[in-house]
Amino acid sequence: MNKLLIGSIAIFFLNTGLKAQDEDLLKLVGEEKPKRELVKYAFKSPRVINSHSMEFLNPGTMDFRILHRFGVLDQGYKNFFGLDQASMRMGFDFGIMKNLMAGFGRSTYKKEVDAYFKYAPIRQSKGPWSSPVTFALVSGITMDGLPWADPSRQNFYTSRLAYYFQAIIGRKFSEAFTLQIAPTMVHKNLVQLQTDVNNIYALGVGGRIKLSQRIAFTWDYTHVVIGMPDSGYYHPLSVGFDIETGGHVFQLHFSNSTGMNERAFITETMGQFGKGEVRFGFNLSRVFQIKKTKHQK
Amino acid sequence: MKNFFLLACATILFATGSFSQKYFTKTAKIDFDATSASSPEKITGVNRSGTCVVDTKNGNMQFAVLMKGFAFERALMEEHFNENYVESHKFPKAEFKGDLKDNDKINYSKDGTYTVKIKGKLTMHGESNDVETEAKIVIQNGKINAVADFSVKLADYKVAIPGLVADKVSKVAKISVSCSLELFKG
Repeated sequence: MNKLLIGSIAIFFLNTGLKAQDEDLLKLVGEEKPKRELVKYAFKSPRVINSHSMEFLNPGTMDFRILHRFGVLDQGYKNFFGLDQASMRMGFDFGIMKNLMAGFGRSTYKKEVDAYFKYAPIRQSKGPWSSPVTFALVSGITMDGLPWADPSRQNFYTSRLAYYFQAIIGRKFSEAFTLQIAPTMVHKNLVQLQTDVNNIYALGVGGRIKLSQRIAFTWDYTHVVIGMPDSGYYHPLSVGFDIETGGHVFQLHFSNSTGMNERAFITETMGQFGKGEVRFGFNLSRVFQIKKTKHQK
Repeated sequence: MKNFFLLACATILFATGSFSQKYFTKTAKIDFDATSASSPEKITGVNRSGTCVVDTKNGNMQFAVLMKGFAFERALMEEHFNENYVESHKFPKAEFKGDLKDNDKINYSKDGTYTVKIKGKLTMHGESNDVETEAKIVIQNGKINAVADFSVKLADYKVAIPGLVADKVSKVAKISVSCSLELFKG
């Protein structure tokens, strides 16, 4: 009888063992092979605040961006804390490929038109052949539209042009935290003063801390390393929040720069952040799908 | 001792009995539809890489699908689906574990059409709920073609819809599954 008991217990375990094997049917057919997968959504939009971000628009989409910068806060109620004045940039950005996008815009500040393209030879990914960081390159051009400062001298239209070249190295460390650095060079064909240099070198540091699914804290700082004029100009710093509401992304922030393209905000930031020469601003981004994505096969 | 022998025999018989035939696919198609009457656009996604295994001996079945594999016509919708609604970075898979209720009525070795009840648990977004639905099963040339539709209440799976878009996204998502299962060898 004892043996029988032991036997039945053994059999019972044997059977449950068999049953358990039966239950995980999925294990039987094998796990999916790990595939290389892009790490997406490092930022809510292709711009941190002013600077380009490591994020790309999806192919076939267009981002319509309206950027506003109000006047400086320290003027108080007289100018309604800066809201009486506004400077804006309207822009269209296009996602062309997974790692290629281009865009253009026009700012009221200096009536300046700008265009750029951004290409990432390496994007952060997971799985085999993955990269821990995104490496992107941006090349852009700006053209101011103001009347010539000195019409009496011979003016060339190329004098209106400036170029910028930027490398972005960024990593989405976790769902909540993204950090990027962006060495940048701005070349101005014509500078204001003889003492000003044509080539300005700067290093940008931007990041995001996600506070909730739809709200994130962002900052965007560019340190001008070489070529900062002796006085009156400062390193641009912007801090703010990204708020996502359905189809829109609102970027609300405070910034000491007025300009909204690389030439303007890197080389012509005239507010001192610590002294309250800060402007409230917002970027409004609306992404349209212009080409429907094909469903995967 | 005799009894033990008998019992052992019975177990072996039972064990061989449960050495079963399994059918599987890795290309099951899952359609997702959360379009509501007042949605400005269709909210539909499709995933063509679901894994499904059915044990024809006892009617057990299991289903798994990667949430990131859902493709939407609009890239932004896909982003919101993954980032804000199903949180696919936290909960990468949806799984269903259940069984065919009238499994003994199905003759898998002969061509035929059946309508059967499927009952089980669906785990998605970290929440599990019972799901019951009817499936149409067609046995043809040794393959099992199956189609099933069911609905899931998003609130049951703690998928939050913010107030701002509450009337634009359906609170109940329609799920359609269709797959063609082949005999599993191995």
